[in-house]
Amino acid sequence: MLAYAARRVLVAIPTIILVSIFVFVLQKMLPGDPILVLAGEERDPVVIALLREKYRLNDPLPVQYFAWAWQALQGNLGISLRTNVPVLQLVAEKLPVTLQLAAMAMSFALLIGIPAGIMAAVKKGTAWDYAATGIALWGLSIPNFFLGVMLIFLVSVQLQWLPASGYVPLSESVSQNLRTMIMPAFVLGNALAASMMRHTRSAMLGVLKQDYVRTARAKGLLEPRVVLRHALRNALVPVVTIGTLLFGELLAGAVLTEQIFTIPGFGKLIVDAVFNRDYAVVQGVVLCTAIGYIGLNLVADLLYFVLNPRLRVR
Amino acid sequence: MTLALDTAARQALPPRRSRFWGKIRTNPSALVGAVLVGFFVLVAVLGPWLVGIDPIKTSWTAVRKMPSLAAWFGTDELGRDVLSRVVSGAQASLLAGVVSVCIAVSIGGPLGLAAGYFGGWVDAVISRCTEALLACPFLILAIALGSVLGASLTNAMIAIGIAAAPIFTRLTRAQTLSVKTEDYVEGARAIGLRDRWIILRYILPNIFAPILVQATLIIAQAIIAEASLSFLGLGQQPPAPSWGAMLATGKNFVQQGQWWMSVFPGVAIFLTVLGFNLLGDGLRDALDPRET
Repeated sequence: MLAYAARRVLVAIPTIILVSIFVFVLQKMLPGDPILVLAGEERDPVVIALLREKYRLNDPLPVQYFAWAWQALQGNLGISLRTNVPVLQLVAEKLPVTLQLAAMAMSFALLIGIPAGIMAAVKKGTAWDYAATGIALWGLSIPNFFLGVMLIFLVSVQLQWLPASGYVPLSESVSQNLRTMIMPAFVLGNALAASMMRHTRSAMLGVLKQDYVRTARAKGLLEPRVVLRHALRNALVPVVTIGTLLFGELLAGAVLTEQIFTIPGFGKLIVDAVFNRDYAVVQGVVLCTAIGYIGLNLVADLLYFVLNPRLRVR
Repeated sequence: MTLALDTAARQALPPRRSRFWGKIRTNPSALVGAVLVGFFVLVAVLGPWLVGIDPIKTSWTAVRKMPSLAAWFGTDELGRDVLSRVVSGAQASLLAGVVSVCIAVSIGGPLGLAAGYFGGWVDAVISRCTEALLACPFLILAIALGSVLGASLTNAMIAIGIAAAPIFTRLTRAQTLSVKTEDYVEGARAIGLRDRWIILRYILPNIFAPILVQATLIIAQAIIAEASLSFLGLGQQPPAPSWGAMLATGKNFVQQGQWWMSVFPGVAIFLTVLGFNLLGDGLRDALDPRET
């Protein structure tokens, strides 16, 4: 297990290096000169020259990359041009909000997607199957910003059950926090639930044909026990790993959801940074997301290894 | 001599096209998808001519009017006709979907083909770069690229195309790897055909179908991505109509109960994406050997 984990970590390292090169190149391609922003309105040539020297912008590109990568390794992702706050601090402030949103969305997806997938597989070819498959297709086709706007209209404007936007930190009030987060979490989890349902259905259909399921039925076990104890446990192996990978997708989906519901999270941070031309923040957010995503890939690989006994035997 | 050998090698190819189209015609999912996609293509091509109202013409006397016989989909905050804007927005969305996928296939396809066919260091370099790009979630990558290129529909299409390219690199590589070990490719190599010829005549036609399926599904994602970028202000710029931008504006009026500015462009995105998803699913089912 440890050897497998070490091998996977080693494979992830070149990917992280390539991502960092990509993010660095992206920064170099960005329009406008950040030094001119830092130099202020007077744009004194002496100040500009000093700033270029300070930020090593006169050095060759590979030297600049290694200097930047070394700083990034020490946790220094630069300073926001707008707020003058270190990028890492901004990311650390916003990330918990998005993680809470993503965790709630994932809970919705699991609660809806897995039971619906099991039902669709067990009742294959019946109205249950068609309904679940149709709902999944609906979930995959409806853009979350449209669903969000429609829910605001229905739940907040017409029924006045939940607030249309805003955010209350968990530390301030748990109930108010949940009231502001339930709708965005549902919107974000909707497509994920559809995806989980499809994967669960497909995995269950494969497992239900296996010999050990037939044996369990032949032993006279009741159908719910066969489905839940024998089939589901094995079908969940690919679903768990795919779910881990899809958690990364939630970070991307959060960009729009946070924008619609005005939630001050990681996604809103990147959009605001793009419009404020705060490139250090854009760069930092892309790098952190990519590293998080690679980390989740690694976790998915390891989970698959842990959950799949056949891989462990090899 | 080469032609004769080529004909002989070609005879070894499995016949599959007629079976494939036969399955498509009997697949309800593909048919419904094709009808929906066909409808929106017609709307995009003929709609502006049929509606006959200028989508950017403002009218201060008809601001935010509810749907009525005079304006079927109502009017927006500048008094523009929502129906004509939804119809014109179809052009932008479909164009964005198709062009960005063409960009993605043109970049990702040849790279995947080279990686799968030549292997070795070519494969190692291309695969590592693909993995690095796939490590960035699609939309975040498109937003980051969109911020580099600037806000416009063309740049949004380029950003989405570049962000989706690694998906096609990985798929083309995997397909090439499986096809290049087939007997007919081995045979073509054994008779001394050049790599370029083998790729064009034997590999490409046999990896085309899965790429087509993926392209159909990615068009759906690209339409959502374009609408997302326009929603965020990074796509089509006003006053030109775009479904995403219309939704972004409509969102500001939803809390006042003025739903039509959001509902119609939203439903248009949903139905178009649903059409491409159904078509893609149908094509995949038709091509899946397990279904035979």
